[in-house]
Amino acid sequence: MTTAVIERKEIELVSPTRQRVMGIFFLLIGATIWFFFGRSVEAGSVTTFGLVPGGFESTLPDWVLPAPATLNILAAISIFLGGFQVIRGFGRRTNTILGLVAGFFIFGFLTWAAAGKSMNLAGLLNTTLNKAVPLTLGALSGVLCERAGVVNIAIEGMMLAGAMVASLVGSLFGSLWLGLLAGVLVGVLLGLVHAVLSIKYVTDQIISGTVINIFAGGITAFASQKFLQPNQALNDPGIFRPFEIPLLAKIPIIGPIFFNNNLFIYAMFIFMIALHIGLFYTRWGLRLRSVGEHPKAADTLGINVFRTRYMAVLLGGAMAGFAGAYFTIGSVGRFDEFMTAGRGFISLAAMIFGNWTPIGSFGAGLLFGFADSLASKLAILGVQIPSEFLLMTPYVVTMIVLAGVVGRGQMPAADGQPYVKE
Amino acid sequence: MSEEEKNKKPDAGKVFIEELTKGPDKDASLWRRTWQALSVPLLALISGLILGAILIIATSQDVYSLWATSPLEGLKAGWTEVRVSYGALFSGSIGDPARIIAALQSGDGLEIRRAFNPILESLTASTPFIFGALAVALGFRTGLFNIGAEGQLFIGAIFAAFVGYSITGLPAIIHIPLALGAGALGGALWGFIPGWLKAKTGGHEVINTIMMNYIAFRLSDWLLNGPMQRPDSFNPVSPTISESAMLPKFFADPIRFHLGFFLALGVAWLVYWFLFKTRWGFDLRSVGSNPHAARYAGMNIVASTVLAMSLSGALAGLAGTNEVLGLNHNLAMAFSSGYGFDSIAIALLGKNHPLGVVIASLLFGVLRTGAIRMQVAAQIPIDIITVLQAFILAFIAAPAIIRTIYRLREPEIEEEAVSIRGWGGD
Repeated sequence: MTTAVIERKEIELVSPTRQRVMGIFFLLIGATIWFFFGRSVEAGSVTTFGLVPGGFESTLPDWVLPAPATLNILAAISIFLGGFQVIRGFGRRTNTILGLVAGFFIFGFLTWAAAGKSMNLAGLLNTTLNKAVPLTLGALSGVLCERAGVVNIAIEGMMLAGAMVASLVGSLFGSLWLGLLAGVLVGVLLGLVHAVLSIKYVTDQIISGTVINIFAGGITAFASQKFLQPNQALNDPGIFRPFEIPLLAKIPIIGPIFFNNNLFIYAMFIFMIALHIGLFYTRWGLRLRSVGEHPKAADTLGINVFRTRYMAVLLGGAMAGFAGAYFTIGSVGRFDEFMTAGRGFISLAAMIFGNWTPIGSFGAGLLFGFADSLASKLAILGVQIPSEFLLMTPYVVTMIVLAGVVGRGQMPAADGQPYVKE
Repeated sequence: MSEEEKNKKPDAGKVFIEELTKGPDKDASLWRRTWQALSVPLLALISGLILGAILIIATSQDVYSLWATSPLEGLKAGWTEVRVSYGALFSGSIGDPARIIAALQSGDGLEIRRAFNPILESLTASTPFIFGALAVALGFRTGLFNIGAEGQLFIGAIFAAFVGYSITGLPAIIHIPLALGAGALGGALWGFIPGWLKAKTGGHEVINTIMMNYIAFRLSDWLLNGPMQRPDSFNPVSPTISESAMLPKFFADPIRFHLGFFLALGVAWLVYWFLFKTRWGFDLRSVGSNPHAARYAGMNIVASTVLAMSLSGALAGLAGTNEVLGLNHNLAMAFSSGYGFDSIAIALLGKNHPLGVVIASLLFGVLRTGAIRMQVAAQIPIDIITVLQAFILAFIAAPAIIRTIYRLREPEIEEEAVSIRGWGGD
């Protein structure tokens, strides 16, 4: 079974159809850059990319590019890569080239959008990182659960509940740390519900997740209307302030973007690295993954499948609760109904895009965060695209990514299958 | 099946019970089988209402303040709170019997209509649920989880509203079917895309339909603030549809009950006939219950998946169409209060059977309508209904919980559990 799957993947990776389709895709991107962007900018116009991270003196001069020349070069390289792909093919490097061409497209788009104007590139990166935090944390929650074989579409509900409880408890006791703890605990609690329903009662995991999402949506809206709205003091926890990491924060550009943030961003990096090491370099991770790949074999070897899955789902719940707390005590400092706005689902897509790995999830989180922050940036620049369409891009990108990547992703083999001991 | 049974013309209720209790002990009496089929949903509903009552008591400030002086008083206050809330839920959705009798005695037309309005309003409210839950149920029967009913509903409403207001001068007999068809087509389109992606690339329909939901919301935001906005309005509202496209009403104001309810019943019958009496329906159900077996039997999985998602989308589109043509007569931003999401719970509650779906939709129509009165009478936020839904859904999805609580016997044979295929292709 497993061998068959691997063989199929090998074939598809170098299949001529996929090679041609990719090549044509690169050619289309090149043509788009040239036709829609390159031709519509005025000759001689320049694009200025500011390198000022929010609230700081610029340590580097602005980056000024001649717009038409830049766009034509980007288009030419894309078309060249596309031609090569159609004729010879890049084989195993196709995905790397795909990333490169997609990067060209985004850069070309920015150059076109900001032609004749100035855009703060460093500021854009800073917002991107901030928007990527809940997505990455949510995706890590998904990685934890799904590596152990439990599909968790309840991330959205866990986040929402975590956000509300963190705000409520934080305001009630006047302590952000207590709020954070409560947010994490409510995530664990919902994780427990998910675990009991899907592991003990062998409910379909997607339905069990939907139950939690519906419940969290209802109960947070109920509590918000009953308590938080009539009594605003219960919804005013304040936020974790950013703090500098000594020395590292002094590095130009990178320093202010990465090393002057609040707790959640540092925590995201720590969790990401810890989970990466834990999953792939420790006995704990090997056991967890074995339960997700082949629970029966793991059971035969004496690994307690149920306990491992419970642990993974509870940890995943904690992570999602933590991600939820970011929405209230990590960014805006108050709870609004349905404030997570589907980010739990997007983090699920980020996890899939990141091929069920922590670092890949972060990369995908950055991509989605970028699309999100770009929408607001471009609205300010007055680009002639309705903001609604820009807001659609993360969703469209997710679907394209799912269609192009996931079919061939390395999903845990027993993902979503309940384990029943014989 | 014996000769005698074959000749007997089965009535709808019997067919339903037979469908639901297929398998277990055929020889058991009808009552027993009815109980076997309905015990879990019924007890799930009762348990949900009990948990809702606990929630009402636990979040009531009166109860806490009285509890401090005397626990007995606190309990009494809690009981009163629950009685007032559920009383309002009942009178707001079914009607107040005393008022109905008084109205009938007075013979005043307006007063009679007002007295009967709650129950008719409940039927009106259940109409989009019937369409939406049929959409979700059809998906489940094919092994697909269509969370995208909400988005498909919006696109259907957009199509229907456009046909409704842009065409004038048609007779209603042509205009109404045209607008209904447009709505179904819009929804079908929105269901076709994730269905096709699922079949061709293996991209999971759960993620794709959720993404299509958000795309649909943004699209309708843009349309209502731009091309489809009423020229003389600053609000994000479309023009009012032509009178010839409005679904006819049966009574004078304030009763809003319209043809849509009967259309929904008709469509539910059609879905039943399609799923259980045609070859296409058989193929879909086979793919849903065992895709591998269906593939070996030579069934076309790709075609089934695409067809099921398109049909599911069309049904969801009709839910939105029904609201535009029957109730609102225009398209407004966020006109749907999550009908598409509620439909998931309703479909599961109705065991994904069209008749079950109709009954569960009526129940939810009653709950939703009554909750509005409850919000006014007892200051209970309407979202409590969503919480109830989650409880009921959890109990339905894990019948073992209900069986443990109420000490019911395990069914003799395995139940047909709803299950959805994993993330990947198969």
